[in-house]
Amino acid sequence: MNRLALFLPLALFAGLSLVLLLGLDKDPTELPSALVGEPFPEFSLPALQDAESLVSTEDFKGEVVLVNVWATWCFACRIEHPSLNALAEQGVKIVGLNYKDKRKAAKLWLLERGNPYVFNIFDDDGSLGIDLGVYGAPETYLVDAQGLIRHRRVGVVDKRVWHAEFAALYLELTGTAPALGGAQ
Amino acid sequence: MKRSWSFMKKRSWLTITRPLGLFMARRSWLLILLFQTNLLLANAEVVEFSDESLRPRYQQLVEELRCPKCQNQNLADSNSPISNDLREQVQRLLEEDLSDQEIKDYLVARYSEFILYRPEVNQATWLLWGSPMVFLLIGLLIVYRLYFKPKDSVAESQINQQDQQRLDSLLANKEER
Repeated sequence: MNRLALFLPLALFAGLSLVLLLGLDKDPTELPSALVGEPFPEFSLPALQDAESLVSTEDFKGEVVLVNVWATWCFACRIEHPSLNALAEQGVKIVGLNYKDKRKAAKLWLLERGNPYVFNIFDDDGSLGIDLGVYGAPETYLVDAQGLIRHRRVGVVDKRVWHAEFAALYLELTGTAPALGGAQ
Repeated sequence: MKRSWSFMKKRSWLTITRPLGLFMARRSWLLILLFQTNLLLANAEVVEFSDESLRPRYQQLVEELRCPKCQNQNLADSNSPISNDLREQVQRLLEEDLSDQEIKDYLVARYSEFILYRPEVNQATWLLWGSPMVFLLIGLLIVYRLYFKPKDSVAESQINQQDQQRLDSLLANKEER
């Protein structure tokens, strides 16, 4: 009995090692999402293309959409943009949330790189960003026809992420399976 | 002789101090710049309140809330744009007369519990909150065992009896030789 007790420190060490080993796989920059399963927050903000017109949740009600948070100052958005273009070509409705950006620069960006968005929300002071819990662009939300957020991705949506996180859920919600090719 | 000596002394004083003075004059710009940045940083923290009683609550909140982007800084210490926005939001909500708890709930609903540096006690966090108490108890137990538990005197004397017999027989053997 006493002899077994001598192995206690070793057992504790092994246990601690196991816990830390499991922790290695986790990404500490990934926050648990508070809004998955919740309705997309209500908002009323100007559109990017036309400062006079207001857009709100009414504008994508009843449709399955991706809401993509982007900005011209966001470097990773550059990398992500071709993927969004490819998805839009295959009929995916993408609503842009132009987050804390300059209107002129954002419009130019869409002219230069193509416009995958049905429309863009111009969130100048980041108020919708706060309601969504945005902490880093790009972010992408999958919103279902009931207006509930079904999935959230913080970071670039590329081929790997689309097939791992979005494709199955999107197929379930819409019955269509857009695919991303190797280039994206 | 005496005059020339004092002249020499005065001159040597000048030759030493003039370059030194120039040196100091140049470097003092750096010194001024150093203090200037401190002033700028201090200015960035100025927050206006309609009611001064909100200020300590604001200070407490931004110190207890965590910047969602930077992992290990609170809102008060972080210069990231998101922290800036959230500080402004906290200020706005205080002005709107929300309680501290309501402000925390507001942010948790958006950014999850990650944003609280002092998380609520619940299913996910009881271990975190409870473990210091458990470790303290284990520590106290060890200290008690080491310093306060009376020695097991019976067992000790038994061993001593056995040893004594062996010793006696060994000694007897030696004497026989």
